Amino acid sequence: MQFLKLIARNALRHKLRTGLTVLGLVIAVLSFGLLQTVVGAWYAGANNAAPDRLVTRNAISLVFPMPLHYRDKIRAVPGVKRVGTANWFGGIYQDPKKFFPQFAVDAAQYFEMYPEYRFAEEEKRAFLRDRRGAVVGRKLAETYGFRVGDTLPLRGTIFPGDWSFTVRAIYEGAEARTDTSQMFFHWDYLNETMKRRVPRRADQVGVFVVQIADPARSAEISQALDAQFRNSAAETLTETEKAFQLGFVAMTEAIVVGIRVVSFVVVFIILAVMANTMAMTARERLSEYATLKALGFAPGYVAALVLGESLAIAAVGGLVGVGCTFPVAAWFSTQTGTLFPVFEVSLATTAMQLGAALAVGIAAALLPGQRAARVRIVDGLRAIG
Amino acid sequence: MSRRVSSTLIEVRGVSKSYRRGGQVVAVLHGLSFDVQRGDFLGLMGPSGSGKSTLLNLLAGIDKPDAGAILVDGVDITVLPESDLADWRATSVGFVFQFYNLMPVLTAFENVELPLTLTPLSRRERREHVAAALRLVGLADRAEHYPSELSGGQQQRVAIARALVTDPKLIVADEPTGDLDRQSAAEVLSLLEQLNVQFGKTIVMVTHDRRAAEHAHAIKYLDKGELSEGADLLERSVR
Amino acid sequence: MKAIPLAYSVRNLWTRKLTTALTAGGMALVVFVFAAVLMLDAGLRQAMVSTGQPDNVMVTRRSAGSEVQSGVERPQAALVEAQPEVVAASKETVVLIAQHKRDSGTVSNVTVRGLSPQGIALRPQVRLAAGRMFRPASTEIVVGRSIAQRFAGTGVGERLRFGARDWLVVGVFDAGGSAFDSEIWGDVDQMMQSFRRQAYSTVIARLADPGAFDALKRRLDSDPRLTVDVKRERQFYEEQSAALSGFISILGLTLSVIFSIGAMIGAMITMYAAVAGRTAEIGALRALGFRRRAILTAFLAEALALAALGWALGLGVASLMQLVHISTMNWQSFGELAFSFKLTPKIVLQSLAFAAAMGFAGGVLPALRAARLSIVDALRAA
Repeated sequence: MQFLKLIARNALRHKLRTGLTVLGLVIAVLSFGLLQTVVGAWYAGANNAAPDRLVTRNAISLVFPMPLHYRDKIRAVPGVKRVGTANWFGGIYQDPKKFFPQFAVDAAQYFEMYPEYRFAEEEKRAFLRDRRGAVVGRKLAETYGFRVGDTLPLRGTIFPGDWSFTVRAIYEGAEARTDTSQMFFHWDYLNETMKRRVPRRADQVGVFVVQIADPARSAEISQALDAQFRNSAAETLTETEKAFQLGFVAMTEAIVVGIRVVSFVVVFIILAVMANTMAMTARERLSEYATLKALGFAPGYVAALVLGESLAIAAVGGLVGVGCTFPVAAWFSTQTGTLFPVFEVSLATTAMQLGAALAVGIAAALLPGQRAARVRIVDGLRAIG
Repeated sequence: MSRRVSSTLIEVRGVSKSYRRGGQVVAVLHGLSFDVQRGDFLGLMGPSGSGKSTLLNLLAGIDKPDAGAILVDGVDITVLPESDLADWRATSVGFVFQFYNLMPVLTAFENVELPLTLTPLSRRERREHVAAALRLVGLADRAEHYPSELSGGQQQRVAIARALVTDPKLIVADEPTGDLDRQSAAEVLSLLEQLNVQFGKTIVMVTHDRRAAEHAHAIKYLDKGELSEGADLLERSVR
Repeated sequence: MKAIPLAYSVRNLWTRKLTTALTAGGMALVVFVFAAVLMLDAGLRQAMVSTGQPDNVMVTRRSAGSEVQSGVERPQAALVEAQPEVVAASKETVVLIAQHKRDSGTVSNVTVRGLSPQGIALRPQVRLAAGRMFRPASTEIVVGRSIAQRFAGTGVGERLRFGARDWLVVGVFDAGGSAFDSEIWGDVDQMMQSFRRQAYSTVIARLADPGAFDALKRRLDSDPRLTVDVKRERQFYEEQSAALSGFISILGLTLSVIFSIGAMIGAMITMYAAVAGRTAEIGALRALGFRRRAILTAFLAEALALAALGWALGLGVASLMQLVHISTMNWQSFGELAFSFKLTPKIVLQSLAFAAAMGFAGGVLPALRAARLSIVDALRAA
């Protein structure tokens, strides 16, 4: 008990110094947590993938479409429960900065395969009835203030021209990590319009989403599916939804790696600050440590004093930093809107934050603790005044 | 036009000073008045808490009295604004402290040169003055040493060189031998005497060492803010 | 104002080596992040901007965000070619194909451009580094330097398979660090056939007189037969990098500012301790006649010297990043883009100012405390 009392009182001797160090730790722990969460958000798409969904796309590249009539062949492959079509629309809402994903999908099939998008029954029916209807996720609706009944105008880029939809439903996510920043409308409406405007681009599908009965057979079914279209005009590549999403992450891998590296840099910065504080503190108190040793306390006790103080400061900084992470992350999420559809602070991140604080607390005390334990009583006592 | 050079260097007129100590106000000096003549070597003695260091600080212009005036060479330093007071100190006062107060990161030479950087002298002129001062205190060969490489006595002598390098009118010394062994103390004191006798420097020295006080030419005794002559000095200091 | 010699401030850093090292080290890390982000952005811009020629003009479909999204029908392309200001034109098709990277095996999108000999002439910054240029009307291709390095199967003599055909790599070209280094080039007609395209992606044109751009733009914008956007090539490529560049800048600078608070706190702790440890010296200096401002300046100088040390270290390590090459997907064009860190004199100065700001912010409060000490109190601490 006396040991703990000593630590607490010592830490409070230099209120300004201790306070500043704790502040530095809070900022570092907070930054570290936010950055790790950003990296996590990057993988949101992959994390939301279901094991029983496959994605089929043109083997050359995602940019090339596939003919609509592939759908029947896909459905005929054994093991396939359902097939849906989806086209990335890529339109502009008011200005390019206000980005959110827009998909033209065959609603009847598609939403059966995505049970995590929850609808109010009435709204869903209204959407299914309205050819020009649109569905928006809760996060998207909140970001731009969309309500049921509003008109949603989009300027097409891939599918040129001006398009206008009516919001018929707002979907909620089944879990916190479900993406509710998306907008969906009817694939049929897209196709009809393209038949009129640019006929040669009609009946073209961006990706097929395939639901299978048995997730364990996904590799087998994927290959069987692709075999159907080998040596045709548009060869296909089928993979699990997770692999598909990870493919996107891999393309911007450099950025993700960069952010990860930087998040550890901040830990090193605070380590330098903390080590400095402990080094200065220990140096100033050398004569006290010498006195303690003269009184009969073991060198280990003296080192433990230093370590204990360092850990106490790190603990306070770490806990406060973790506590601050949640409200700051929530604020960050609202600020970035649909750029990061899912921005959740994971348990793993919190554990890493505390681990980092602990590691800093220990590392900062190593050298000063050693120096304190090794001080020769004679030298220490001479340093008075 | 003749300038009347008075023989009085310092005039202290009705000076009072009090301190706040732990919530209480303690009057250390009240209504003190006395003179110091040019070329005096004055020793100030008294029990601790008597205010002798306080008085020294006031004479040196590093503190201001609550009431009264202090004229040094005709200039009332108590009414000078802080910046002017700093300039005044740079040219008119030399300090010798108990713990030397040399800059550890500067060499002996650079420490002595420090006050000269406040003057408009050129680099070469400064160098000459510093060399002369160090020669005077007998440390010309130690010019490039850092204080940590010098003994206590040597450090104090560097401090004395620093104190006189600007050729000030007044040198104040606060317990200059307080941290020195007997031999070094003797060297320092004889140096101070030399400055006074040979160069006519006015010196006010605070000390509680009887032997040190004997080097001074006059002793005043300060007790409870009252100044008295050293006639019954021996009697009082024994007490 | 008579100042305390600079040696006093600087040498005091030397006496407390560990503290100086740790404090400057923290600041160095922050300067490193700051400079690296700016260098990354500069490298990205250079890759994009050096891609555009000042007298070239790009014609894409109206509102197309990138060449890949753009389609210019043949009659419209012919109209553009026929404009009086145009002295040479190249009708090109641009597609993205998925290829495997050499080291990791992961798949990434590569930009393939079908162009004509005129198109090659319109890019004077491109030189052959190995092999030879592809023959028109053949299935030969040449690859950019970055593609040859990063992607499997792209060496001279190797074959790539895409668009249901085999293409023979006959050469590697060097585009001087511009976006073209990340492209594969081949014959436009062969590409159009292979990818079953009816329309071109873009038309690149050189103007006889670059000043004629405005007149050309006005005419093309108002022609009802055309649904195209006309831009100077430089401007087009600048816009291509805008999203990625913006993201890097904002994220990077935000991080730098947050990190700098940490380093600044470190500097503050160090300087407060320095003032506390040298109180007697401060008193002595004031007694000697140095003014409060001189004390303030001396301690600020010490903090700034720390920052300068951190700056030199951080920038030194950051400049080593110039040896690192990045390749990532450019969000606008969806294709892989290779670039590297570029150190410019402007970045050197910016990071110096940043470090100085950190040093100042960390040192000002302790320096003020030092200056505010009363002489008597300071001396009593001895």
